[in-house]
Amino acid sequence: MKSKISKYFKRLFIFGIVTTMALVLVPGCSRPDDHAGTEENYITVKGSDTMVHLVSSWAEDFMKRDPNIEVSVTGGGSGTGIAALINLTTDICAASRKIKNDEEMLAVQKDIHPKEIIVASDGIAVVVNPENPISELTIEQLGKIFTGEYTRWSEMGGSDKQIVVLSRESSSGTYSFFQEMVLKKQDYTTKAKLLPATSAIIQSASSDKLAIGYVGLGYALAAKDKVKIISVKIDDKSSSVMPSGQTVKSGQYPISRPLYLYLNSEKEEKVKKFIDFCLSDEGQLIVTETGYVAIK
Amino acid sequence: MKNTWKEKAVKLMLLSAASTSILIVIGIFVFLGKEGGTFVIKPGLKELLGSRWMPVSFQKESFGILPLVTGSVLVTVLATLLTIPFGISASVYISELARPTEREILKPFIEILAGIPSVVIGFLGLILLVPLIKAGFRLSTGLTALAGAILLALMAIPTVISISEDAIRSVPVSYKQASLALGASKMQTVWKVTVPAALPGIIAAIMLGMGRVIGETMAVMMVTGNAAILTASPFESVRTMTATIAAEMGEVAFGSNHYRALFCVGIVLLLATFGINIVAQKVLQKHRVR
Repeated sequence: MKSKISKYFKRLFIFGIVTTMALVLVPGCSRPDDHAGTEENYITVKGSDTMVHLVSSWAEDFMKRDPNIEVSVTGGGSGTGIAALINLTTDICAASRKIKNDEEMLAVQKDIHPKEIIVASDGIAVVVNPENPISELTIEQLGKIFTGEYTRWSEMGGSDKQIVVLSRESSSGTYSFFQEMVLKKQDYTTKAKLLPATSAIIQSASSDKLAIGYVGLGYALAAKDKVKIISVKIDDKSSSVMPSGQTVKSGQYPISRPLYLYLNSEKEEKVKKFIDFCLSDEGQLIVTETGYVAIK
Repeated sequence: MKNTWKEKAVKLMLLSAASTSILIVIGIFVFLGKEGGTFVIKPGLKELLGSRWMPVSFQKESFGILPLVTGSVLVTVLATLLTIPFGISASVYISELARPTEREILKPFIEILAGIPSVVIGFLGLILLVPLIKAGFRLSTGLTALAGAILLALMAIPTVISISEDAIRSVPVSYKQASLALGASKMQTVWKVTVPAALPGIIAAIMLGMGRVIGETMAVMMVTGNAAILTASPFESVRTMTATIAAEMGEVAFGSNHYRALFCVGIVLLLATFGINIVAQKVLQKHRVR
């Protein structure tokens, strides 16, 4: 009797192991590579974390108007998005920076020709603590602060205290853009504190009297009562400009950048409707609503 | 005949299940080596041993991992120094002095502390601890190695408490009885007999706690300021290896020097945790043999 039971259990056990293995292995084997890019009515967008909010707002409205097409949006960073575009695992890549030469070469090697479309622009606001007496700076002064040439606030007429430089992580598109535009391609000071997110910069600037950092315009305006936004002067002679939707659009505010969508030019047909929607009046209204600056 | 065949089959299956973890570890090493190894050939090992980490630059990209290594070491050492007194006294209290009801209350709370996600701890650190450190030490900013170390200690303490508590409990009762019979007080017995007898276990517990600390990412990334400076001061910003990988992997161009440098950082990190774990296991083994 006892041996029968144990035999039964043994069989059950083997059966269990075999089924588990089958369950684990079979889906792994049978699944074809990646569906993205093959189905007609399924569009994937991957890329910049800065743009996720914007692109998913577009996707939501787009799907409301055209329920037959499904748009799926994921972040991961501009680099990840461009890599995915090259590997054909996404239809559209959202990027807060231009494609790099290396990446373009890699794409051409694989016979893929990314097409670049500017869909919105984004101002970068410089923020300090509300108690900081300084309210305007020139691009040159900003450059000297972030490269570490200026280390004390007194060098710009503030109090004789050390400057605490806050920056985004080097992986951020904003980091490279600010480096190119404001630091004139020089390196950031190694003393700069690299914070992982925009919210961390806002949080630190609001609690730290000596801090200075940069964030996307939308975030800065949303946190207006926690941090002070600096007016920026192009040089000593010009008048200072506060960043806003208007001044970014008109080009008066100097620190602004375009936001891109990249697509595979061979498969343009499939995603055309979505791109057209992004560039339409409605799409551009969403740009403004989500805190970015419309291009039209 | 049939039975032995079946038994062999089952045995084989069990063996393969058990050895999966070995395969995975080897696989990870091979993968990391494959992705990062070529860095040693092309830009060269010298580049990697530099003291400047500036991976995104229009001038010259530098991939010196020295500041990252010292950053990780500084935070880990500080966290361990904070963990040791706290972890040992708590485990002594719970295993030797606490009444059963106290233990019933204390243990679940320690387990809950172990289960708090590190992002949550990091967030609390950023909001509460960082301003406190800034005010307390009159610094220009609270985003320092010390802030990271305190949070990491918070995460390592539960591990250290539960493992060293185990070690203290497994000290034979006869040791304590002998000590008490010789006229030693309860406190004397605890500190002069029980704890020394359990020491190898306690050391292993601390090592395992260190393993957790060095691999922790999110909380450190949020509060240490992440400036890649070569420093030994707890009041400076540091950039740890884990934070570097986490922060930079997302946007790096695949196959670039930067990408491969990050894999090299991963290899160093893996070797460090590997080493710590091996030492901890050795110490634990010694303890068991006795």
